Order: sequence, then C-alpha cells, then structure tokens
Amino acid sequence: MIFARRVLAIAWKDLIAEWRDRESITAMCFFAFLVLFLFSFALNGDQALIRGASSGLLWLAFAFTGVLGLARSVQSELANDCLDGLLLYPAEREAIYLGKLLSNFSVILLVELISFPLFAILYNMDIWSQLPKLLLITVPATLGFAAAGTLLSTMTAGLRAREAMLPFLLFPLTIPLILAAVRGTEVVLRRESFDLAVPWLKLMAAFDVLFLVGSLLTFEFLVEE
Amino acid sequence: MILQRIERVLGVCAAIGLLIGLYVGLIYAPPDAVQGEVQRMMYLHVPLIFISYLAFLIVFVMSILYLWRRSRQYDAIAHSSAEIGTLFTALAIATGSIWGRPTWGAWWTWDARLTATAILLLIFLGYLMLRALVEDESRGATFCSVLGIIGFLDIPIIHMSVVWWRTLHQPASILKPGQVMVAPDMLMALLANLAAFVLLYGYLLAKRLRLEGAREELFNLRIELLR
Repeated sequence: MIFARRVLAIAWKDLIAEWRDRESITAMCFFAFLVLFLFSFALNGDQALIRGASSGLLWLAFAFTGVLGLARSVQSELANDCLDGLLLYPAEREAIYLGKLLSNFSVILLVELISFPLFAILYNMDIWSQLPKLLLITVPATLGFAAAGTLLSTMTAGLRAREAMLPFLLFPLTIPLILAAVRGTEVVLRRESFDLAVPWLKLMAAFDVLFLVGSLLTFEFLVEE
Repeated sequence: MILQRIERVLGVCAAIGLLIGLYVGLIYAPPDAVQGEVQRMMYLHVPLIFISYLAFLIVFVMSILYLWRRSRQYDAIAHSSAEIGTLFTALAIATGSIWGRPTWGAWWTWDARLTATAILLLIFLGYLMLRALVEDESRGATFCSVLGIIGFLDIPIIHMSVVWWRTLHQPASILKPGQVMVAPDMLMALLANLAAFVLLYGYLLAKRLRLEGAREELFNLRIELLR
C-alpha cells in the first residue's frame, strides 16, 4: 500500500505542476489539432480518401503529440535538477517509474480525449455511438506508448540531441502498437464486428506487458549514478 | 595474443569458406526452375539475414549478462555484435531488394517480413546512435543494454503485427516444421554459404573486439600519462 501511495504521490506532483501552468496540455492539444488539420491538405481535401485514412491520421497525430508531451515532461525534470531531487525521494525506483508513467499516461490520454471531438468534426466522423469501443482501443494503446516513452525519455534525458533521439528510438519500437491501434480504430469506425479487433487488442496487451515488465526490471539501471 | 591467433584462423577459414560458398552458389547449384539464375541471390540473402538475427541474439544475451555482471567485456561483445548485425541487416535488405526487382517487379514492397526487417534495422540504428551520443561510457553501455534487451524482445511482436498487416513474401522454406522443400543441391549450397557467413561473423566479431580492447588500452595509457 505504501508503494501505491508513493506512486500516486509522484504522479500527483507531476499532474499538479501540469495543472498550474497547463503548458504541456495546451501545446499538445494545439499540436494535435494542427496535425489533424494539416493532414487534410496532404490528402487534397478528398473526403473519401480522408475517411479511409482517418484512423491512421488520428494515431499519427497522437504519436507526434505523445512524443511532444514526453519531451516536455523530461524537460521539466531537467530544469533546476529536479530529476536529482526526485531520485533522492526515499522510494523504490519502480515507484518513480510508475509515477512518471501514470502522469505521462494521464496527460496523453487527456489530450486524446480532447482531440476526439476535433477529429469527429474535422473529418466528419460519427464517433459518439462508438465511444466505449474506441476507449477500449485507446487506453491500452496509450498505456503502451507511455510505458515505452517513459523508459526511453529517461534514457535520452541527458543527451544534447534528446529532441531528435526520443522519436528515433520510440517510433520503431512502438510500430506494432501504433499499427494495432490504427487497425483497431478502423474496425470500430467502420462498424465492423468487434471480433476483428480482438487480435489487435491481444497484441497491444502483449506489448504493454513487455514494456511494463521490461521497464520495471531495468529502470533502476538507467537512473543510477 | 590467443585472441589474435583465433582471429587469424577465423579469417582464413572465412575467406576459404566464402570462396567455396561462391563456387557452390554460382556454379555448382542448379538454377531455379521458376526464377532462373536470379534465385542464386538466395545464397547471399538468406545467410545475411540469418547472421543478423544471430548477431542480435548475441546482443540480447550479452546485454543481460552486462546488466547482471557489470563486466565491460560483455558490453564490448554486445556493441560489436550490434554493429555487425546492423551492417548485415542492411546488406540483407539490399540483396533482397536486388532479388525482388526481377521477381516481384519492385525494389521495395510493404511485405511483412521486409517491413519487419526494416523496423529491426531502424531499432538497431537507434541503438548505435544512442551509443555514439551518450558521453559517459558506462551509462551508454547501460542504456544500450536495456535497449538491446527490449529491442530484441519486441521483434516477435513486430513480426506478428506486420504479418497480420499483410503478407506476400514466399513462406520460409527451411525453418519450417515438416518436409524440407529445397532441392538437395540447393540446400547444400545454402548451408555451405551459411557456414561461411558464420565464420565471417566470428572473424569480424573477433577483430572488432580487439579494436575495442586496443581503444581501452589507449584510454588507460592516456589516463596514466595525465597522472
């Protein structure tokens, strides 16, 4: 129980800091909107084309936005040596990882939830009747993305080229996750039988388990001095 | 010195093996009934991809050993193996591309195994870039070990995802349960090349390890000099 409270304390600290200036969320929402907006120019405004590609576009927008959020989250820890302070916190390293993961996950998920209406309006999609199923896809996908992202952004935090390195490491590793999310979303938006999305859900579950367990086992090594 | 001797023996064996491999691949083995001479690309392509998987498996094992035991030696092997694996993956994609042009009619298709291999290449390019960018050697070694382990474990998931996504590649003919479907002469040529490439990998790894050892020695000498 103490462990859970420590995890929550770390996540709470990040979320309060985020709530006070709302910088990341604002930037991420605006960015997601912009990406969704710009995609329609890439597809020449062709309605049929846009509808066909919409779930892919949605998840690309989320992936870009997620990287932006992860980068900002690390940046906030680097300012004033906050990371060193965080490591002095008398908790297991796993609690620190889970706390950071929880806050990253919540921020990215919130941005995704805010982006859904924008997506529905811009691409003229009816997502409201499908919302529960959509969430069933979105939550595990976001969890996996945040799990991998939290681990990798800890690695790249100290680098000079961290803005470039994070996507370079994160995107190839998360391709199966993004692919699964895109296919799953497609099944939902096209109102096909949800059975078709089940293999993709299993794939996401495998990915989530791999990255959660892998991160918990190795995080300790990444932050040691 | 013993390493140097092993390296020399490996080098000579690899050179002989590759010559034999070229002979059996280009002259001894019969041309393919359907694809003709182009199919001889297989004798280069399949060993390359096989060795790159072997190299990444060694990266995985050595990364675990490094995190566990903290000996520089393990990391040196992981790093060297990752470099060779990346090179071989790139070559496998290049040879596959040259093979694919006449048989599939395109340099590149978004076929499952092709895509998975390209993703693998990207992951390990990231691995090498990360290693080059982290200034502190032991931190770089730790980061790359974690990446090497997770990257390797991610391979089956990547593979599954792209297989479900699409598939066009001819199914694997040797590493498949049941009857082997390759003509015996062709199989022999392939296995000869495979053996030659294993030797080549061993040779490159030994050479690369010696380079790493020399670099460490130089580093220690410099520190001694500064004192």
